[in-house]
Amino acid sequence: MNPYIPHTRRDIEEMLSAVGLPDVEALFSDIPEEVRRRFQPLGLPPRDEIWVHRYITGLSQRSTGTKLIPFLGAGLYDHYVPPVVGHVLSRSEFYTAYTPYQPEISQGTLTWMFEYQTMVCELTGMEVANASMYDGATALAEAVYMARRTVGGKAVLVPKSLNPNVREVLATYVWAAGLELVDVPYDEQGQLTLSEIPEDTCALIVQEPNFFGVVEDLSSLKERLGKAFLIVYVNPIALGVLEPPGKFGADVVVGEGQVLGLPLSFGGPLLGIFATKMEYLRRMPGRVSGRTVDAEGKEGYVMAFQTREQHIRREEATSNICTNSALCALAATVYLAALGPEGLKRIALLSMERAHDLAERIFSLPGFRPAFSGPFLYEFAVSFSEAERAVRKLREAGIAVAGPALLEKCGVKNAFLVAVTEKRTPEELDLFVRSLSSLAGKE
Amino acid sequence: MPTIYARGQKGRKALALPNLSRKEEELLQKIPEGMRRKESPRLPEVSQPELIRHYTHLSCLNYGVDTGFYPLGSCTMKYNPKLHEDLAWLPGFTGLHPLLSEEEIQGALAVLWELSEYLKGIAGMPGITLQPAAGAHGELTGMFLIKRYFEDRGELPRREKILLPDSAHGTNPASAAMAGFRVVSIPSDRRGMVDLDALKRNLDETVAGIMLTVPNTLGIFEEDILEITKLVHEAGGLCYFDGANLNAFLGRARPGDMGADIFHFNLHKTFSTPHGGGGPGAGPLAVSEPLVPYLPVPEIVKDGEKFRLNYDKPKSIGRVHPYFGNFLVMVKALAYILTLGDEGMREVSAAAVLAANYLRVRLKGTYKLPYDRLCKHEFVLSGEGLGEGIRTLDIAKRLIDYGFHPPTIYFPLIVREALMIEPTETEPKEVLDTFCEAMLKIAEEARTNPALLKEAPHNAPVRRLDEARAVRQPILREPFPGN
Repeated sequence: MNPYIPHTRRDIEEMLSAVGLPDVEALFSDIPEEVRRRFQPLGLPPRDEIWVHRYITGLSQRSTGTKLIPFLGAGLYDHYVPPVVGHVLSRSEFYTAYTPYQPEISQGTLTWMFEYQTMVCELTGMEVANASMYDGATALAEAVYMARRTVGGKAVLVPKSLNPNVREVLATYVWAAGLELVDVPYDEQGQLTLSEIPEDTCALIVQEPNFFGVVEDLSSLKERLGKAFLIVYVNPIALGVLEPPGKFGADVVVGEGQVLGLPLSFGGPLLGIFATKMEYLRRMPGRVSGRTVDAEGKEGYVMAFQTREQHIRREEATSNICTNSALCALAATVYLAALGPEGLKRIALLSMERAHDLAERIFSLPGFRPAFSGPFLYEFAVSFSEAERAVRKLREAGIAVAGPALLEKCGVKNAFLVAVTEKRTPEELDLFVRSLSSLAGKE
Repeated sequence: MPTIYARGQKGRKALALPNLSRKEEELLQKIPEGMRRKESPRLPEVSQPELIRHYTHLSCLNYGVDTGFYPLGSCTMKYNPKLHEDLAWLPGFTGLHPLLSEEEIQGALAVLWELSEYLKGIAGMPGITLQPAAGAHGELTGMFLIKRYFEDRGELPRREKILLPDSAHGTNPASAAMAGFRVVSIPSDRRGMVDLDALKRNLDETVAGIMLTVPNTLGIFEEDILEITKLVHEAGGLCYFDGANLNAFLGRARPGDMGADIFHFNLHKTFSTPHGGGGPGAGPLAVSEPLVPYLPVPEIVKDGEKFRLNYDKPKSIGRVHPYFGNFLVMVKALAYILTLGDEGMREVSAAAVLAANYLRVRLKGTYKLPYDRLCKHEFVLSGEGLGEGIRTLDIAKRLIDYGFHPPTIYFPLIVREALMIEPTETEPKEVLDTFCEAMLKIAEEARTNPALLKEAPHNAPVRRLDEARAVRQPILREPFPGN
């Protein structure tokens, strides 16, 4: 018997006899014989734990990419994950539970959900947040669906400076809904330029900071949009130093929460942040924890506004989402609680400091220019006539950056993208500059 | 429960962070005045011991599979092997950026490719995508595939209807509607199976497909499954299978052999990657030959010993995940499949179905069993008729006092006062017996001392919570003074 099944031969016989069946095979007599006959096994023998451990560990060591120094961001960032996060996540009372359908024995989950919602509202400047979506990209797609339900319209205005991977997910959802993506160009600063707003606009999406790392100016956008939604896709670490989008009248703020205490994990699981205005609460997707009292008046938490959700409302639900990214949201909660307001700001500033040090040194090399002149925090695009060659040179030195192919998807030629977090050391910065210096002046 | 905001003092820190070398002001100057943050977010200010005690305390208020029996129907709350957790946290997995070049991510691609091959084999279907992040995300992706398939064949907007048995999970109709289809409900017959006559009446040239759960949410295997899929195919429609209940026939039957065109796995259920308190899960999708061209990009291809990513799929629906799906969850599923092998998977379905039938037989004399026949991995009782004013909710809350997580309640909707019980294969018979005894005792209490049920739970961290109040007077975030 496999190691996770406790039944003994005697248990099986006793249970079969209670059920009145001669053998285990009889339990499957209701599956059509033809279906059972067609069955083919995988040809896999069972393996012992030591074998599986060794085999999978071997696979984990086959990716050479983990040995590179990550100056690669482009949506996911190599921030420091404090051990407190992993230790809390490994409490199996958290990770072996499911959705808190029975609140009386799920107060742990419901309480941290409430804390998480509070922290997301504080970061984004919004009034209400859900307790997670799968990732930033699908959170954005759901925000667009919510905009369509609320204000109608067909045109979804998307800057060319939106993360291309996020844009590709959005494009799939937009196609399925019969909506239309309308490109919004950017200027030489790398900031979006919104000339005219089509009549049937459903929403404008702004990434903050955008894919090039440039800080967008959110002021007056909502005024120009009127009833159409302003949806801001944020990097939550940047909100340690940037004005929250709620201050600019954003209707929905979404974002990728990986930076809040989650490792890169080859891109999953991630954390979709979703926050909106109180007036849209009943149109919002996802789970929400609400404070209430028990029969004795003691404070506690329950899942609130479940009538929006698929298990109650079925085809009329605000979304189909059920399983979300709960454990990742717990990671973000612990991370933000560990940092506090000063710590969050410090992480953003440390990353900025290192990024600006590096940028100043790169741009002092002949031939290397900033691709955009707009303000940036800790990610920036570098223009160089032989960008591919520069990236190869960096790889040879053991450094990873986001190569020209990604930026080309956004219409930027001969450039690469550099992200710097608080984890990067002065030695790593030196190595970066040294690797490029032999190419300097090649223009 | 006091939140983390009730702990700590202004100025307390949980981490020692590096100092800045430049002046904070100088750095902030790099941000245009209008975009610079004026007020700090109100985040907790706690020391590390306070932080850890708070979350350890919260964890103790939770009930997980590691706490005890969790027979939450349709959720497959089986034991989660600890090996999986350690493997998913290997630095070669957690430290890997998904945008590195193909050459640099070979180990991760090997995991994806190998898991893909096994899942295709388990489904008995030729195509797969691992991108969907959860079961419902798989359903939505499946609906997108159906849409693209008919779009490509020029059959849109005519094929606008998705048929759904009235016993379906709520995510099914929600996913179909989200993809822009019209949902038409098909009633169940007296056996608890799809009513074939009703199905035939609804099969016309507007049908895009049917979404079936096999076995269905009553835990009953659709005995007419081959007939159903044949009829739908003859009408030009596609057959979507919700794989939430795969634990019922793992290692014994394959959806592909039943006529499925699309089948989603719930790796967090059947393959025991944990549920995470609500997620993350993973919802890979297997498809039949005609749908392969429409699968999301990139496709993971094996060329000799190397793996590469193929983006050249002109008919693809595009991406549904920004990268490759919930990778760490997939690592766990792969470890599970390798540990079990074919034999171990057959044992899973045998033990899960045996446990469910054992509980069914022991409880059916005392509780109503509306559909009394051989069940698969779960079955549905009704809480009706136990006593004056006693509802299923009361039974559920009383089970908490006996140390159990309650079953799924009030679902499926076609059973009044439903109690949906899924024991899984990982519970010892003694636990199943103790659960039965508690259920029988509760039925007796319902007659002799109904207040015990109405007022339950008595010994949980909180008494019964007022859910209506949370909507009437919504408090959805910490109400700071001045808000």
